[in-house]
Amino acid sequence: MSSIPSSIGNELPQEHYLNAKYGIRSWLLTTDHKRIALLYLVSVTFFFFIGGAFATMIRIHLLTPNGYLVSPETYNKLFTMHGVAMIFFFLIPSIPAVLGNFLIPLMIGAKDLAFPKINLLSWYIYLIGGGFVLYSFSTGGLDTGWTFYTPLSSVYSNSAVTPAVIGIFINGFSSILTGLNFIVTIHTMRAPGMTWFRLPLFVWAHYATSIIFILGTPVIAITLLLAGLERMFHLGFFNPVLGGDPILFQHLFWFYSHPAVYIMILPAMGVISEIVPTFARKPIFGYTFIAGSSIAIAVIGFLVWAHHMFLTGQSAYAALAFSFLSFLVAIPSAVKVFNWTSTLYKGSISYDTPMLYALGFIGLFLIGGLTGLFLACLGLDIHIHDTYFVVAHFHYIMVGGAVMGYVGGLHFWWPKITGKLYPESLARIAAVTLFIGFNLTFFPQFILGYLGMPRRYHSYPPEFQVLNVMSTAGASILALGYLLPMIYLVWSMRYGRVAGRNPWPATGLEWQTDSPPMTENFDVTPEVTWEPYDFAHRPDLGLQVIGESSLAPSHGDD
Amino acid sequence: MQSQMPLYPQEASNFAPNVDALMIYITVICLFFAVAITSAIVFFFFRYHRRKPGDIGVPIHGDMRLETLWLVIPLILALSMFAGGAVVYVDFRRAPLDTLDIYVVGKQWMWKAQQPTGLKEINELHVPVGRNVKLILASEDVIHNFSVPDFRVKMDVVPGHYNTMWFRPTKSGRYHFYCSQYCGTNHAIMGGWVTVMEPADYESWLTGSTGATANPVVAGERLFAEKACNTCHFSDGKGRGPSLNGLYEAKVLLADGSTVTADEPYLRESILAPNAKIVAGYQPQMPTYQGQLSEEQILSLLTYIKSLQGQPPPQTGAGATTGKK
Repeated sequence: MSSIPSSIGNELPQEHYLNAKYGIRSWLLTTDHKRIALLYLVSVTFFFFIGGAFATMIRIHLLTPNGYLVSPETYNKLFTMHGVAMIFFFLIPSIPAVLGNFLIPLMIGAKDLAFPKINLLSWYIYLIGGGFVLYSFSTGGLDTGWTFYTPLSSVYSNSAVTPAVIGIFINGFSSILTGLNFIVTIHTMRAPGMTWFRLPLFVWAHYATSIIFILGTPVIAITLLLAGLERMFHLGFFNPVLGGDPILFQHLFWFYSHPAVYIMILPAMGVISEIVPTFARKPIFGYTFIAGSSIAIAVIGFLVWAHHMFLTGQSAYAALAFSFLSFLVAIPSAVKVFNWTSTLYKGSISYDTPMLYALGFIGLFLIGGLTGLFLACLGLDIHIHDTYFVVAHFHYIMVGGAVMGYVGGLHFWWPKITGKLYPESLARIAAVTLFIGFNLTFFPQFILGYLGMPRRYHSYPPEFQVLNVMSTAGASILALGYLLPMIYLVWSMRYGRVAGRNPWPATGLEWQTDSPPMTENFDVTPEVTWEPYDFAHRPDLGLQVIGESSLAPSHGDD
Repeated sequence: MQSQMPLYPQEASNFAPNVDALMIYITVICLFFAVAITSAIVFFFFRYHRRKPGDIGVPIHGDMRLETLWLVIPLILALSMFAGGAVVYVDFRRAPLDTLDIYVVGKQWMWKAQQPTGLKEINELHVPVGRNVKLILASEDVIHNFSVPDFRVKMDVVPGHYNTMWFRPTKSGRYHFYCSQYCGTNHAIMGGWVTVMEPADYESWLTGSTGATANPVVAGERLFAEKACNTCHFSDGKGRGPSLNGLYEAKVLLADGSTVTADEPYLRESILAPNAKIVAGYQPQMPTYQGQLSEEQILSLLTYIKSLQGQPPPQTGAGATTGKK
């Protein structure tokens, strides 16, 4: 591309994807990946607030040992619907379908995804699946736990299980099609010069995620369908009375649902791998190790599922193998943390909001990841399995990790998506509020777990009250931390300052085009002649580039 | 009520010290890494703060030696955690041969235990201190989980399977047990107490000669709670079973439309064979207490129920018919 001034602009471009067409039809029938990303943004936010409302009621209810707010039945429905809404309809699609959809074509210099119509189809499938689940929530609710363990879900539950499993089954196809679209796009549509090892790490992370999407999702879809068939037609798959095996369900369920955790966290790791080098203004430390660790997590992540089942009575030998593999999958995650931290060394670090989110992510993911070691340890898992320790652990990964990554990514690319800047100081306050609120909410739950408080309890012995009250207090701060960005991001779409093409500046291709980009993304197909995150060799960014001779870059093979 | 907030539960079984040792080992390693990385981030964050708007960082792309180092060291540490955990787990999964075997059955939402002598308990489990105890776990409906935090043990109770777990209590006392696998509506109250007794006390408890209690009403009331009668027979009539207030010698309307007088033979039958006569408006869901109560204990219960004769029955949910049909 020709030289691009990186200064902050004063006006939005004349024509861009947001004003290219008007009217409701131009949105509902769009095949533009950027508009589809915004459709997803609105729908996942909707489910986030539904799930969040359930979480709020859960935390209020647990203020007193006998339960403060609702009946046991309702409490069981609340935590189930919280999990289903958050996991299947917020966390799994959040970063891939919103940020991935928007950014992958821009990052690799393509006009769109490989299959634009299938991309739109994914969104409609998501809506249909979501519709079934909302129907379940509003006609009797769902009280099986998001894990749908049989025979509780397939025989004993009196709630609206059937529409829920149909909804999740349908929604699975949305994930599969998105994954397929990403893989084909990344393979075939990279701009000239965009070699595999020049790909932004965000794209690597989504490549790994897409592998899990297309290999894992069919298994959960068919498993839930089997549970639904058993419920509707009394076919004996899992119910021992009919000759089925309830443990078989858990094997099939976790074969997807453990890798699904990596669906949630890998894209967030991709976001962090973009933010950290941008705001430290230096190449990411160990590019190939971060890229490779994404693939390693995706592959090994498929071989650890039975660590959810150490106490089901499965063979002790199987437990040994799955514990070993679970410790193994910790290593690539550790490698990422070490590399992000080292990237800060001798950087030129700013305090911009996305960086605060990224560093917050590293801190929380660190705790989430390390506490995974406690649970992978067989002897220790006997005690902490199915306690609040587990609840705290996976919220550190999914909320502390995945949601921090998502919100941080939204801030980072907000200027690209909307062309506007959000109010910086307010955003910093929100980031710090989120971090503090999160820790106050979930750290006490580790202690509750070790003390022995089982999860999914609508009432609890009085000695657990202090920690539960702390947790609820933290949750109110956390809620504020989520509402703030919601408000000022919407505000900034109208009143924010114009961002210009590359406000940070960052090195990726997505920053080389207008903000917001035009429908076709680029005037001419860009050609990539630089290495990723290489600020020292990018005079076009308008930064102070040190003389070539004094640099002696060691890049090539890390 | 919640003045004391312990950081970890009591150690009351042979597994507790081992599990706590694992906890401490892994915590120390993780704390080291958490503190090291967090300090590095905070230090770098301020030390390498951007001085001038146009500044860039020093382009360092990586270091093969460092990458190897932080691949290998965490791997070794992780393997040591794996090994420690494996030793404890294999011990837990392989019960010794000289165990005292107790059958435990979970059902929505109560626990039944059967001692080797055939004595049955509900939401209670009595075991002798210092003896290897093996629980043979069965479920009548969904998956439950029998969990005793003070012993650091738990195991799923799976329908269609027999799972076993074992432990050796090391301290006398009463310890809470829970259902740890979500099992439906009343999952959270599906729990009870393990009573660890001196072997001699356990033996005398088994043979039923717990010694004469001074006041049979008090003994009956205690038994009423111990046998979990009070989890259904609320005095305010809002439980799953009818209130027993004012029941003794009153008329009771049955599901088949007939009426009986709540005398001693009726009350005794209702405890030992509850499904023989169902009170109108209630489900036949009370478990049988046949074989779980000595005659002495039944008498204590009857004395207790008699003592409720003067209590006013609630408007709805009373066993006694108050003549308003």
